[in-house]
Amino acid sequence: MTNPGLLLVAVLILAVGTFSLRIAGPLLRTRFELPERAEKVMSAAAVVLLAALVATAALTAGHGAAGIARPAGVLVGGVLAWRNVPFVLVIVAAAATAAGLRLIGVP
Amino acid sequence: MRSIWRTLREDLGKPLARDIALVCLADGVVGLSYGAISVGGGLQVWVPVLLSLVVFAGASQFLFVGIVAAGGSPIAATIAGLLVNSRHVAFGLAVSDVIGGGWKKLPGSHLMTDENVAFALGQDDLRRKRAAYWVCGIGIFVCWNLGVFAGARLGSVITDTDVFGLDAAFPAVLLALVLPSLRDKATRTAALAGVVVALAATPLLPAGLPVLFALVGLVFYRVQQPVEQEVVR
Repeated sequence: MTNPGLLLVAVLILAVGTFSLRIAGPLLRTRFELPERAEKVMSAAAVVLLAALVATAALTAGHGAAGIARPAGVLVGGVLAWRNVPFVLVIVAAAATAAGLRLIGVP
Repeated sequence: MRSIWRTLREDLGKPLARDIALVCLADGVVGLSYGAISVGGGLQVWVPVLLSLVVFAGASQFLFVGIVAAGGSPIAATIAGLLVNSRHVAFGLAVSDVIGGGWKKLPGSHLMTDENVAFALGQDDLRRKRAAYWVCGIGIFVCWNLGVFAGARLGSVITDTDVFGLDAAFPAVLLALVLPSLRDKATRTAALAGVVVALAATPLLPAGLPVLFALVGLVFYRVQQPVEQEVVR
């Protein structure tokens, strides 16, 4: 597993960096506005990163494929989320689908 | 302190107070699963708990933990987390009046989340904006951290999280978070391109890097331009 010291430093850097990003707005109190384009690209970048994490976490394990049970569970959760089902049910349904498939022997 | 709380409650009104309470509760449940998933992924209890207290930004915490638990470098995880949190600069500019001046900037900035910014921007007058921002921010901070702590303890009891399908719950939570943003066509195109790049890179690159490489997808991001000028001539 990862070196705990390095992990702690990484957590603290993320914390300080995140706080700096948050307080930047209130400190630049003047009616300064970010260019609209920059703002849009930043929010798109966040979505791209998260979507990539969804795909890799759902479909891959290490350098290979993740089997069937996990992607199936994520798919069920995704469909429910798309139909605006409450968050809690999305989580439970995704986990239950994957667990159920494994129970009957699907990898 | 009690009178401050009462003033805030009067400023909010019942329907808004109920909506905020529901959001806080839902975040607590997400925190519970985040804590359990992180520990189930092989991390020690302090990692998700400390992240929740000092970073306090759900999406970046999921990203950080996901990369590290997959064996990726903490440096890649930090960069990815900061990129995801860059949206807070825009939030801060939008709610700087709501947070207030002086010492309030410090706790007020730390409490900034997608949820309380959205609630604040949804009100018409400044008093209600302030009340919504602070009540929702404090509520989420308390619920989220309690949820994460409980989940991390719970997760350390469960030895094989795959049996309970927790490995599928993690991407499902993230998917539910990004789905609304994918309604925008330009963002969706960029995200799909990024997903293809990340999946193609997975067999070749060390864990954690494929997610960062997904940013290549932004090449396909086109901000919609007004077309009138071309029509005239």
